[in-house]
Amino acid sequence: MASDTTIHLSNAVVALGGFPALAGVTFGVGRGELVALRGANGTGKSTLLRLCAGLVPLTRGAAVVAGVDLLVNRVAVRPHVGLLGHRNGLYGDLTAKQNVQFVADLVGATASDVSSALERLGIDQRVASTQASLLSAGQRRRTALAALVVRRAQLWLLDEPHAGLDAAARRELDVILRDATASGATVLYTTHEIDQVVGTPRTITLDGGCVASDVASTIGSAP
Amino acid sequence: MNVALSIARKDLQIEWRTRMLLARVVPFALLVMVLFAVALDSEPLVLRAAAGLVWLAMLFSTMLVVQRAFDIETADAAIDTLLACAVHPARVFFGKALALFVQLFALVVVLVTAAIVLYGVTVSGSRVVLLVTVVISATSGLALVGTLYGAVVANMNGRDSLLPLLALPVLAPLLIGASRATEAAFGSQTIDMANGWAWVGLLGVYGIVFGAAGSAAFSPLTESDS
Repeated sequence: MASDTTIHLSNAVVALGGFPALAGVTFGVGRGELVALRGANGTGKSTLLRLCAGLVPLTRGAAVVAGVDLLVNRVAVRPHVGLLGHRNGLYGDLTAKQNVQFVADLVGATASDVSSALERLGIDQRVASTQASLLSAGQRRRTALAALVVRRAQLWLLDEPHAGLDAAARRELDVILRDATASGATVLYTTHEIDQVVGTPRTITLDGGCVASDVASTIGSAP
Repeated sequence: MNVALSIARKDLQIEWRTRMLLARVVPFALLVMVLFAVALDSEPLVLRAAAGLVWLAMLFSTMLVVQRAFDIETADAAIDTLLACAVHPARVFFGKALALFVQLFALVVVLVTAAIVLYGVTVSGSRVVLLVTVVISATSGLALVGTLYGAVVANMNGRDSLLPLLALPVLAPLLIGASRATEAAFGSQTIDMANGWAWVGLLGVYGIVFGAAGSAAFSPLTESDS
């Protein structure tokens, strides 16, 4: 495995309650790559992200993420990874800014990191000081993304990151992802919207817990 | 330790915003104390049982506070944020236990005051020192056990009823120890100060055991296999 490989999966199997959510996935993702993960509901996209984040155990096969062998110690990968799941992981009774500040406190980021992340995601003073439970779905998603940005992770794992965002916010998110990869981070995101994949350099499609296709995009430019 | 303090501060910020303790738990606990007094219907009996009634009300109220403490973690999968940030589980445990301690300490102060006003108990002189020590050590034990068992049931269906079923039997020694030591602090004829301090020793050991067990067990309890 090359040293510039961030994700290396070989016949990776994840069984959840006896059901093989991933049934032998093999692929690699290099450092600084932006990869879309497509597939219908229940094909294992979210499980794949949670595996790479060290949140579910590998049942069989091999998985090395950010240099960490997940079979040996999956918890050790977490400092290198930023995960945005289906749910936003926010505390509804805290304000948007308090949520981002809390994550910053956990990872040792500074107050200026928080301010720049909020600004970057277009979260103004009014939204920042509003309770997360009172925000719109899109504003909550932006807040969760701001919390991800302050983590400065080596590998970004995003589950349907465009969901709930308006067109402007989607474009802004694409710029953020492009900037992240330009600065050396690797981004793997799931989507089942074909128009979102257009412009992403590489698309992996899952079907039945296996890789159905792995193609470089020939349409459009970078997102 | 900074991370544990951040987690405690976050929980207390949420409590400050929602006023759950003030709006629901304190009225519930006071109601329990009043109903106990009405049920016993005898001033000498209430006076004798005052210490036990304070700690029974504390135990029931602790269930409400613990459930709330873990509901906020599971409501929007915020616990995943904690895990994904690679926070050491022991720090999460002590951070949440510290926030619980602060809330429960405020509650027990209200309940002891209520016992003085409603039941007519008196505390004076060196008994105040014993009472303060009992309150701190028993509340620590409640917070540690509550955090541990809150994590046990956090991802279970029917956790609202499971928490008291699992935690109350474990809290029985704390209830006995805290009640007996508080009785001594309230000037009961049935137990002297020396015995009261002995019970405080038991509460200290209880807290140390559950602090160690909780910090060790918190990781496997919060880690999901699905």
